[in-house]
Amino acid sequence: MLTRRHMLQAGAGGGLILGASALLPAWARSASAGNKGIFELAGTEFDLSVGHSAVEIGGRAGHAITTNGTLPGPLIRFREGDQVTLRVRNMLEEDTSIHWHGLLVPFEMDGVPGVSFPGIRPGETFTYQFAVPQSGTYWYHSHSGLQEQMGHYGPLIIDPVGKSPVSSDREYVLVLSDWSFLHAHKLFAKLKKNNEVYNFQQRTAQDLMRDAKANGLGPTLADRAMWGWMRMTPTDIADVTGAAYTYLINGHATADNWTAIFNVGERVRLRIINASAMTIFNFRIPGLPMTVVAADGLYVQPVETDEFQIGVAETYDVIVTPTKARAFALVAESIDRSGQAVATLAPEIGLIATAPLLRERPLLTHKDMGMAMDHGAMAGMDQATMAGMDHDAGSAMTEPGAGDSMAGKDHGAASDADMQAHNHKTGAGVDNLAMAATNRLGEPGLGLENVPHRALNYLQLKSLEPNPDTREPEREVEIHLTGNMERFMWSFDGLKLSETNSPIATLSDGERVRFFMVNDTMMTHPIHLHGQFFELVTGERDFKPRKHTINVKPGEKMAFDFTANAGDWAFHCHLLFHMHAGMMQVVSVMPGDGEPLRDHMGRLKDATRNSSDDNLKSKNANPSAKIKRAAPKSEPVKTMDRGGMDHGSMGHGSKPAQPPPKPQPVPPDQPHDMKNMDHAGHGGAR
Amino acid sequence: MNRRLLTALAGMTLALANAPSAVAQQVPGAQADAYWDKDAQARARQALYSEHGGGLNYFALIDRFEYQSNDGTPTLLFDGQGWWGGDRNKLWVKSEIEYDFNSATFEEAELLALWARPISRYFDLQAGIRHDFEPDPTRTFGVLAIQGLAPYWFDIEASLFVSGKGDVSARFEAEYDFLLTQRLIVQPRTELNFAVQSVDELNIGSGLSTAELGLRARYEFNRQIAPYIGVNWKRSLGETADFARAGGEDPGSVSFVAGLRLWF
Repeated sequence: MLTRRHMLQAGAGGGLILGASALLPAWARSASAGNKGIFELAGTEFDLSVGHSAVEIGGRAGHAITTNGTLPGPLIRFREGDQVTLRVRNMLEEDTSIHWHGLLVPFEMDGVPGVSFPGIRPGETFTYQFAVPQSGTYWYHSHSGLQEQMGHYGPLIIDPVGKSPVSSDREYVLVLSDWSFLHAHKLFAKLKKNNEVYNFQQRTAQDLMRDAKANGLGPTLADRAMWGWMRMTPTDIADVTGAAYTYLINGHATADNWTAIFNVGERVRLRIINASAMTIFNFRIPGLPMTVVAADGLYVQPVETDEFQIGVAETYDVIVTPTKARAFALVAESIDRSGQAVATLAPEIGLIATAPLLRERPLLTHKDMGMAMDHGAMAGMDQATMAGMDHDAGSAMTEPGAGDSMAGKDHGAASDADMQAHNHKTGAGVDNLAMAATNRLGEPGLGLENVPHRALNYLQLKSLEPNPDTREPEREVEIHLTGNMERFMWSFDGLKLSETNSPIATLSDGERVRFFMVNDTMMTHPIHLHGQFFELVTGERDFKPRKHTINVKPGEKMAFDFTANAGDWAFHCHLLFHMHAGMMQVVSVMPGDGEPLRDHMGRLKDATRNSSDDNLKSKNANPSAKIKRAAPKSEPVKTMDRGGMDHGSMGHGSKPAQPPPKPQPVPPDQPHDMKNMDHAGHGGAR
Repeated sequence: MNRRLLTALAGMTLALANAPSAVAQQVPGAQADAYWDKDAQARARQALYSEHGGGLNYFALIDRFEYQSNDGTPTLLFDGQGWWGGDRNKLWVKSEIEYDFNSATFEEAELLALWARPISRYFDLQAGIRHDFEPDPTRTFGVLAIQGLAPYWFDIEASLFVSGKGDVSARFEAEYDFLLTQRLIVQPRTELNFAVQSVDELNIGSGLSTAELGLRARYEFNRQIAPYIGVNWKRSLGETADFARAGGEDPGSVSFVAGLRLWF
């Protein structure tokens, strides 16, 4: 176990001299007693050690998995364009990994075990090497097991080469997270046994009486009957709540009063990172407007707001300019309002900002079921409650065996042109289908619709730089976010990762693609696509916001475009337990031929790729890189010996040759596929 | 010809046409195989699958562990069940045991071992065997059951039993949780037993043989531990009631109950 001294040594080894607080960046300055801050590591060579640590959270002892002994892990600070080397030593008894969230590194450096590399075995040291391709506010975390819930995450800031378009007098990083004293696997297991185990905000007899007084008994009972018939609950907003979590800002519970200092009139930049496992936060600073200047690391045109919802893995940079010498509360409130973390922004040490009371929890509505249309909503509902039916609204024809449903049933919805098609697997794992999914990008998020102040929505975000690629998409892929709350099963297109044997989409490098997300569930899912920045389709032409993670709201259908970046990339819900339950698949972008490759900024990509090959060669000579590695190839897939691919070990048997993805809008079903996995069949169906 | 087959044929044709430069749709993560040791990759991929939807879990519920006053013949009741498995297949075990304090005997002791699969969003189909260790003579049954959540939040269990001798019986159980507060929960419960044939040696008549209605109020200290009190009404009906009367028993009884509900 790492002691505090070890932590300091590790920090020093990483290139930072600790002890003289003046050398600490402003954001990490410990402002009040008990604040331990986050250690910063800067430079181009980093030594990271993942291990067990005893931590103190809100005055209570707990066990964490940490990087260099701290929770959150050290702030890693890169400089755009630098060639960096990170040696990650695994001190655990299980495999570990680090994923650089939002960084467009070569895919083999992306850090997802089983997708981009084999993971880091206990006792081994793995060396990541890549050229830092961008600047901004990001973070890193484990992609192994449930280590992220246990504390294996930290902030990652990249300073730009040139001058930043946003000036500030000082800056702080705010890492928001959720901590549980219960082991992550136990949390997950409890949800599998009883999905409401942490929901202590359910509707009760008191609510019934209150609503009956307000709305009349008849409508109240009708409302209860509607939800009861659906076997859904309008209070199902967060799976793990304040009943299990202590919410943290920079590793500190509210009681620790983490404090950031300002001088009146200063422009203070807050880099806000949601590093939670399961918590979407509402962030606000009562009495202090925020100007959002960056989202997911990339600059946006400044937009002033009072509150925003930040999905797991999203980041926002905001500028605040306090003009009064008083303590402000930095408030991160869980989306279900079962708890919050509060820190202080004050002109001096020792002040404690007044924490606002928790607001009343929001309730889900018809719209969150994907049944926004009032007309015929009940009819749609009756249909949707039929067990495991297959919807094909376009043709009103049920494809035989398209799901494992027992009561396969098609309904004559063809007359309604707005009806959302559902050409994906249904059955036990899919409890709801959004029949009238709506675009909700213009909404601030669950519970923020009616707050008495401004709340940010995605349509307000406009990229500061013109988008590097404004081509129309050549291909459209529709992906459904699916799940069954009762069974705590989560999936894409009705298929858990464990049930798939092919990527959810196979694209070509440089290809312009539009992904539609249809959220059939009643939960908000922060969806993350590795290795790409995608442009939200907001109606904006050249200044679409570019993100790596997007909160897809309940019952929503939204779209994003991106220029496919070669590699196999994880695509998943960033709610850790949803991912663990199966809500993850792989987007495979095959290397193109002929056309010069461009990176996310539209620059020629060869430089990045070549330099990464150099990394690999140098790593080969590094004795600490213990993982055996095949000789690197500049174009791995094209020259790959396909016959040697070990399909047999995955139990899939050999596969017949398949057509290339590019000219073919609908990838064929695989003839040997026994599980009716027809998700590939609608890859480009719409 | 169905669409699936057409798509497959079209795909094969395209594959032939593009054979020399064909880039096959491949196992997710296969591109990284070019960079790393293939065996290590295969192992990691296996772990990836089991960690993202392939996991196994267990559940154990003691729904009723209670003392019943039972009109002067107090009994101890244990009613529990549990499962082990993944989302698609589960081994399900159920047991109900009734102990009579006055006669110091087990009135009833049954154990069910079932294999369960989901058949719809909210229901599982269960099949297996049931063995009654008590009452004497012991009996073994084949079981087919569905269990799950019916509309309006009713927990339903409907079981069909066929004994070794060919006697057919059925049981229907339903529970509903009504939240007075977040932790104080009232639960009405019913259980109906049916028999197709009379089983004289066990004093069971054909038709609806017994009916039970209960109302329990529990307090969930946390969701897993909840003591409760309640009232339970039980009655033999039809021929079964005649058997009871003939044996000098009251066919109906009202119990005050006190017990503990647990799950883990």
